[in-house]
Amino acid sequence: MLGYLLKRLTYTVPITLAVTVVCFLLVHIAPGDPLNAVAPADAPAEVVEALKAAYGFDRPLPVQYAKWLGRAVAGDLGRSVATGRPVAGEVLSAVGNTLLLAVVGGAAGFLGGTLLGCLAGYFHKTRIDRVASAISVVGVSVPHYWLGLLLTIIFSARLNWLPAMGAGPGGSGNWTWDLAHARHLVLPAITLSVIPMGIITRTVRALVAEVLSQEFVQALRAKGLRDGQVFTHVAKNVAPTALAVMGVQLGYLIGGSILVETVFAWPGTGFLLNIAIFQRDLPLLQGAILVLCLVFVGLNLLVDLIQPFIDPRMRRN
Amino acid sequence: MSLIPHKPAADRGGPAQPLLIVGSLRKYFPIRGGLLGRGHGAVHAVDGVGFQLGKGEILGVVGESGCGKSTLARLLARLIEPDDGEVIFDGDGVGAADGIGVKELRRNLQLVFQDSFASLNPRMTVEDSVAFGPRIHGQSAADAIRVAHDMLARVGLEPSRFGGRYPHELSGGQRQRVNIARALVTRPRLVILDEAVSALDKSVQAQVLNLLLDLKEELNLTYIFISHDLNVVQYISDRVLVMYLGQVVEIGPVDCLYRDARHPYTRALLSAVPSMDPERRTRHSPLTGDPPNPVNPPPGCRFHQRCPHARTVCAAAVPKPVEVAPGHRAACFMANPASGYDSSPAEVGR
Amino acid sequence: MSVTALATSSAAPPVAATARSRGYWSGVGRRILRDPLTMGCAGVLLLIAAAAVLAPWILPVDPYKTSMLHRLAPMGSAGYLLGADELGRDMAARLIHGGRLSLMLGVLPVVFAFVIGGSIGILAGFAGGWLNMVLMRSLDVFYAFPSVLLAVAISGALGSGMSNSIIALTVVFVPQISRVAESVTTQVRSLDYVEAARMSGASAFTIIRAHVLGNVMGPIFVYATGLVSVSLILGSGLSFLGLGVKPPEPEWGLMLTTLRSAIYVNPAVAALPGAMIFVTSMCFNLMADGIRSAMDTKA
Repeated sequence: MLGYLLKRLTYTVPITLAVTVVCFLLVHIAPGDPLNAVAPADAPAEVVEALKAAYGFDRPLPVQYAKWLGRAVAGDLGRSVATGRPVAGEVLSAVGNTLLLAVVGGAAGFLGGTLLGCLAGYFHKTRIDRVASAISVVGVSVPHYWLGLLLTIIFSARLNWLPAMGAGPGGSGNWTWDLAHARHLVLPAITLSVIPMGIITRTVRALVAEVLSQEFVQALRAKGLRDGQVFTHVAKNVAPTALAVMGVQLGYLIGGSILVETVFAWPGTGFLLNIAIFQRDLPLLQGAILVLCLVFVGLNLLVDLIQPFIDPRMRRN
Repeated sequence: MSLIPHKPAADRGGPAQPLLIVGSLRKYFPIRGGLLGRGHGAVHAVDGVGFQLGKGEILGVVGESGCGKSTLARLLARLIEPDDGEVIFDGDGVGAADGIGVKELRRNLQLVFQDSFASLNPRMTVEDSVAFGPRIHGQSAADAIRVAHDMLARVGLEPSRFGGRYPHELSGGQRQRVNIARALVTRPRLVILDEAVSALDKSVQAQVLNLLLDLKEELNLTYIFISHDLNVVQYISDRVLVMYLGQVVEIGPVDCLYRDARHPYTRALLSAVPSMDPERRTRHSPLTGDPPNPVNPPPGCRFHQRCPHARTVCAAAVPKPVEVAPGHRAACFMANPASGYDSSPAEVGR
Repeated sequence: MSVTALATSSAAPPVAATARSRGYWSGVGRRILRDPLTMGCAGVLLLIAAAAVLAPWILPVDPYKTSMLHRLAPMGSAGYLLGADELGRDMAARLIHGGRLSLMLGVLPVVFAFVIGGSIGILAGFAGGWLNMVLMRSLDVFYAFPSVLLAVAISGALGSGMSNSIIALTVVFVPQISRVAESVTTQVRSLDYVEAARMSGASAFTIIRAHVLGNVMGPIFVYATGLVSVSLILGSGLSFLGLGVKPPEPEWGLMLTTLRSAIYVNPAVAALPGAMIFVTSMCFNLMADGIRSAMDTKA
């Protein structure tokens, strides 16, 4: 097992490096000169040249990459063109909000999905199964940005129960644990939970139905175990795969919350990305993507490292 | 009656020339693993196998699972490349500068696999599967189907009934007949049957074995018959080759070898065959323990750790095969009076 | 994949007729035809697609014609069956026309990724060895990006526009389809019938065409059909973010975002484009499920 852990850890190094290369190159596949983002279009030639030298754009790409990577490792992701503030600070304060939303939304989705999936799998091919499956199909089919709008229409515009925008009263970007802020979390979290709910329902349903059809379950029943006791055996067999899927989904929630954050003006990384794209703020764009990817890679690593502790089969090899 | 325009390749070397001469064939499979996928040793799957095969002969190959039988089959067919050793087909070295190429070899040599289902493309009808080889060999589609039908009829499957079916619509025995037809349709001279009847029911097994014997006479074939079933091997073979951990431990005419096996491993295998006579039931397991790890085969004779007659010499030196009777050779020090083994075979033989 | 189908012109006499069994694909087709839910979804999708293609003839109203007078007209008002948008353009016409770009955003990236990713995966799986290593490990890099982020990042870098959206989504799906194609091809390659085909002397190309493709296309196809709804939601999502189709083109995601300001005035009209995305993506999902279960059978 130690070998597996080491191997998995080692494998993360080239992947992380490759991610930094892609993030670096993103700026360079962008049409036009990356300078356009920093220099005014009508800047005189000598100013452009001076800026080029200042930003190092006159060096060959590998040199630029090495310098950029060296600074990034030291925590310097450059300065936002729009605000002039360091990108690292902007992104880090936004990441917290994104994580909060993803964890709360994910937890809701995983809980609902597990419940529905267990019901559907246990009552396989009955009416309960069909209802649960229908809910899960809706979950994976609904464009969540549209669902966010619908929820806003109903609960904010019509009923005026919950706020539609921001992370706190008065557009405060700083989260604190109180009722006024929690009210802002409700709609985005529900919106974000729908896709993982649908996917977890499907996964758990298939796993439970499959495990229940295996002969060891019949043997347990024949032994006289009650349903509850059988269920613990089933749960143990379903858990490793289900948890692995949840880990990946949580990663998608963190990296993919841009749409929901945009709908609710939630001050997270997705919202930041949106701003960066529209202002052509390339350092901010690059920094936000890099940080999100590193979080995603780290999360995937964590899931894989935890796997052998949950799944006894992996402990053996 | 044959409509087959595709004639078998001519017998080039004459009847005295062995159809196949195999010399010190070797294949190690490297084991990948570790941080950077570096090799951590190698499985010694086939390690210095050599034998000759006469024209029209049936050579049985027996041994425990994992002893390298299937690897040997795939090496002979060049589905995997040997690390070392030579194969001479009817006087021509395979892959040698003045010999025959792999393509030419495969015109003369075909394989029948154990798993009748996995050896047929599930999306192809039976006749298309059988006709595939002739098509590749340049026959027109209509001619290919014609020879396929002819061969299906020879293996006992009515072409008009079975030709258009898919593999999952056939029984295991029928599928194996299709595989035999597919192997024979290009008129090979040597057919390697890799556990070809092992997965079949006993009654079906007998039918297929008899079919194989009939086809051998009809089509002038030579067989290498690989099996772990000693009864079947005894029934069908002219000569038998016994493998242990990638090496030949004994080879000889079937009657001679079954009556008077000289290698302790062969004796153990033969005494493990269940007897029909209740007075002669097997009371003790003739072989104890698992075969040693083929990654680190033991030094000296590979069998010495499990051999009831092992002496110090067995762990120290590798026994060379010696002739114990005409055409019967065993790689055991007990069979070689000059080996320094300190007990005569007669005393040990029980 | 039949051998006879490979026939060059041959003057040989006809072969004795054989009773041919029903092939795998015709069996799949029959099972799909008997599945009312799948057929229903296919019908709805066909209707949406036909309406999108034939839009000018079905509803001869200009989807670009603005009218300050009829801004955000409610549903059912005279001349505006489904109301009007924030610039007074006819919603019904825009929704029907919008199907063109939105369906393209759903289908085209998956088709491109199916061709590219399928080829890469089959090549890697069939070749094995170092080529497999190089190809699959390179694609692993894309797995380090959450798919939404990857699509947004590429679109953001390339700039907005329909073709850039399609490129971005294709890049997102290629690694996924490649991985599926690689794993099924690796499985098929190790089966005895492929070895038997090698024994017959067939070239690698012929073996792939005659023995591998027919057996790996099914699983790859099933996986790809499941991606169409993802592609539609993501593609419309890019437009929703302003990264995809540019105004004033009618596209459901873009319409949804421009109507956001109207949710307090005319919520029903504002929600319509999203409903179209939802219905279409659900039909694609259910149809993919139907195809999967129709194909999920031995042989």
